[in-house]
Amino acid sequence: MRPVDPRLLRRARPARVFLAGSVLIGVATGLLVIVQAVLLARGISDVVLRDAGVGPVAWMLAAVIAVRAGLVWLQEVVAQRASAAVKSTLRRQVLEHSLKLGPAWLSGERSSRLTTLLTKGLDDLDPYFARYLPQLVLAATVPAGVIGWMATGDLIAAGTVLVTLPLIPVFMALVGWATQAHSRRRQRALEVLAHHFADVVSGLPTLKLFGRAKVQASAVRRVTDKHRAASMSTLRLAFMSSMVLELLASISVALVAVGVGLRLVEGRLGLETALMVLILAPEAYLPLRQVGAQFHASADGVAAAEEVLRVLETPLPVAGERADVPDLRRTPLYLHDVTVRYPDRSEPAVEGFDLELWPGEVVALTGRSGVGKSTLLAAILGFVTVERGVVVAGGSAADEFDPVLWRRQFGWVPQRPGLRVGTVADNVRLGRPDAADSQVRQALDAAGAAELALDTPVGEQGRLLSGGQQRRVALARALITEAPVLLLDEPTAGLDADTEATVIAGLRGTGRTVLLVAHRPTLLAAADRTVEVGARKSPIDRLVERELVTP
Amino acid sequence: MSAYGIALPDRRLGWRLALALLAGVLASASSVALLATSAWLITTAAAQPPVLILMVAIVAVRAFGVGRGVFRYVERLAGHDAAYGVLGETRARVTERLEELAPAGLSLRRGDLLTRLLMDVDAVLDLWLRVVLPVLVATVTATATVGLLVVLLPTAGVVVALAVLVACMVVPWLTATTARRAERTIAGARGEVAARATEDLLTAADVVAFNSVDDVLKEFAAADAELAAAERRSAWSAGLGNALLVVCVGVATLAGLVLGSGADLAGPAFAVLVLTPLALADVLGGVPLAAQLAIRVRGSLDRLQDVLRAPAPVTEPAEPDELPGGWGLRVRGLRAGYDGADVLRDVEITIPEGSRVIVTGPSGSGKSTLAAVLLRFLEPSGGEVLLDGVATTRLGGDQVRSVVGLLTQESHVFDTSIRENLLLARPDASDLRLCNALYRARLGEFVEGLPKGLDTMVGEHGARLSGGERQRLAFARLLLADHDVLVLDEPTEHLDEETARILLKDLFAAAGRRTVVLLTHRPELAPHPTQPVLRLT
Repeated sequence: MRPVDPRLLRRARPARVFLAGSVLIGVATGLLVIVQAVLLARGISDVVLRDAGVGPVAWMLAAVIAVRAGLVWLQEVVAQRASAAVKSTLRRQVLEHSLKLGPAWLSGERSSRLTTLLTKGLDDLDPYFARYLPQLVLAATVPAGVIGWMATGDLIAAGTVLVTLPLIPVFMALVGWATQAHSRRRQRALEVLAHHFADVVSGLPTLKLFGRAKVQASAVRRVTDKHRAASMSTLRLAFMSSMVLELLASISVALVAVGVGLRLVEGRLGLETALMVLILAPEAYLPLRQVGAQFHASADGVAAAEEVLRVLETPLPVAGERADVPDLRRTPLYLHDVTVRYPDRSEPAVEGFDLELWPGEVVALTGRSGVGKSTLLAAILGFVTVERGVVVAGGSAADEFDPVLWRRQFGWVPQRPGLRVGTVADNVRLGRPDAADSQVRQALDAAGAAELALDTPVGEQGRLLSGGQQRRVALARALITEAPVLLLDEPTAGLDADTEATVIAGLRGTGRTVLLVAHRPTLLAAADRTVEVGARKSPIDRLVERELVTP
Repeated sequence: MSAYGIALPDRRLGWRLALALLAGVLASASSVALLATSAWLITTAAAQPPVLILMVAIVAVRAFGVGRGVFRYVERLAGHDAAYGVLGETRARVTERLEELAPAGLSLRRGDLLTRLLMDVDAVLDLWLRVVLPVLVATVTATATVGLLVVLLPTAGVVVALAVLVACMVVPWLTATTARRAERTIAGARGEVAARATEDLLTAADVVAFNSVDDVLKEFAAADAELAAAERRSAWSAGLGNALLVVCVGVATLAGLVLGSGADLAGPAFAVLVLTPLALADVLGGVPLAAQLAIRVRGSLDRLQDVLRAPAPVTEPAEPDELPGGWGLRVRGLRAGYDGADVLRDVEITIPEGSRVIVTGPSGSGKSTLAAVLLRFLEPSGGEVLLDGVATTRLGGDQVRSVVGLLTQESHVFDTSIRENLLLARPDASDLRLCNALYRARLGEFVEGLPKGLDTMVGEHGARLSGGERQRLAFARLLLADHDVLVLDEPTEHLDEETARILLKDLFAAAGRRTVVLLTHRPELAPHPTQPVLRLT
């Protein structure tokens, strides 16, 4: 893990501005530290040796202190603002990039990981900007100035510091090495915990059913204890090396103090210089020591930033650019030998599937659950990459067309519709943002949702609606589009027979092309033709079918 | 239970925290003593006394130098150990409470609920490690330092005491008050951004399919801008505490210099008086941060309290009756619903032992509400459910659910192996028994065909299984449990017609002596062409 990731600076301009500002503030702070030490040493030795007053020195000291306070404040303001800006930039970029990577890339587990990253994960960047980076700048500016100035007074003390100081970065590297492993393991453990929690909480009703909910508290205790044990073993190492670091710093200061004291006794050094050296010595170590501590505190943020960069550096799939998408009102859609394989599976989800979809046709896809009916709809929409075969319209492969224009040809009802917080009408309007209330009403009625008022709130993930209602809202959302082709994944699941009949009549009434995934006989009966998915066909069967169907 | 109560350590962890506190004070005191002794050493040395006089100081300086590192190590280790322990306890306590609330009492938006739980419960770590311990260590050490200075020169000591007081009281107060309002805004905006991010990622497929990515991003950007603005506002106050702290330490030093120069002090004592306050910067440095964190931690604990204070949907009887031996059910004049709105009104139904009962009605007519009442997930608002003549309100929920089992259309499958998912219903079941249940649920061949068999991991929410397989796994799980009454709430909704018929038939057959209550809008799928016993409207 690099202390300052150049990729982060490239991505987020506010970070660059901030870093520049921090260097200025750091240099000024370094100068003031030296001035303050000189003034204090002068003041004390004046009183002790010459019994003089401290008037002017005190005033100058007051001024130095005031300016230092101002710089501290300024540094924090700049850091917090930079952090807010950087987080905001990264959040938006990550969301945009992941939506562009598409639904297939955003599969279940990745989506929940990203959610954590976008919320808690990025907030861990706060300490990175507010404490770690400024401290890093101070560590680069202050010690150099301090040692330089000490050398003008006492070469031996400056030499002591100069020799011991480089040991600190060595140990810092150790700390970094230890905390990196620690941070990763902790991040992992945190994810496991988050996941375990989420699973337990959403499964609580099931657990209660089997009388197993009460023992979950002890299960959580067990899992957290395991996390604690793992954390402790890594922390012991991390703290051990930072202890060595701290020891090195404080023993060095002690060495300097004792050495200076002895040289004083021998008369080889004046009191004022000795005091100056004593005050400056800890200041030389302080920034470096704190860098170690702050690095530790911001390791989570750095890890989060790395994950963000990993997402942002995932290349986007190459999208087609052709704008001349054929109108599927007139052009048939062909699926030819379509084979889809999900990355983590050996068996293809769909293999060698052929289909011809003529304008105005209602075609039902059947087959056992899990044979890839939904995958076929996803393939038509371009959500999954077709490994072999092709989706064709008007003589061109679907992936040659601009995906946005291509998807305008389709109204889709997924198996589990994702409704968004808002009213029923808001959700239906996802299909056509400028639809009038009357059009929304019409679409809902056609979808068999006559009982739903437009301003009914749907709640998070449609929770305030029943499963059947959610599906009907999704159907209305597809119906309200002017898309010539409707892709419906079990559109009437959760509906009773009467509502189902209404919906089917509505579908037929639109005159649109419909490709639907269906189990129910009523739905199958309503289709012009039924195609079974997953039935293995010999090439000859396919040939015969093509001969028969193609006019 | 109060939200603050759940963040408290037990006795064992309390001692560990005390150890951390002691080590922390010793470490901080060492760094003050290191500077004070060094100042004395140097100023004394300036008078060129025999080296022997300096020996004690020389040894002390070295000892304090070593002590600081060692004590700090002990503090951090003991502190982290204790804090993680408290965190585990808190998590468990929260789970206990959520268990009472689920499922009917948890009406929170889900993404928000989970984010809250994780972040707010994690705040317990901050409470102990970054608020309580640092503040206590700073207070004790600073007090001791002031004590030393008062002995040297009372006037200067008083000024330093004031400076420390300001650093310990005014600095946190200032930080807190200026930051509080912005913090509150941040919490709201942050929740909004979290809710949006969750939703946008969950509905990504829909958003992309309907070409609304740009709109969604625009909405997100608006919420995000609000959060960033709130954070920028809070930035102005962030540095004030630290700046005032620099002023406090500066004033303490100046006081020593100015007042000390006027007093009749020996040289070494004067140097100690002036330089010791410099070490206070190190000691008090953590206070402003702790104060800022304290607000966040408090906010988290308050929100946690909101979740935990939600009324339980079901009141468990203090002394539940004994579970009756029979399992005949009678529902009399039942009214029930959510949030005061009754979905079920005056429902009457008798379900004799071993009977097959079908309750039908369109979507939204209250079938699932009836199931919730039968399972004692929901308190009836009127009427009663009698189990073998005993009102279920007089029985514990777990007692009722040891008799009555439920299968819904979307059963939760845990992210673990098939075996673990099954063992949930019957922890002591042998593999043979598990396989038997799987075969009865028509999932046996599938599982035996898997390379890892029962040890196959099913993924988050059973994502690696198809809808049908998930449902069959849930069937198998239900068959394993020893219920006398099976409530089936639209169990075959996502399955194709043929599979649905076969499964219902298998289930009815496997039920044997057990009662089956089938809630469905498609009674024609049931194996025995029974007339629905009850129609809900």
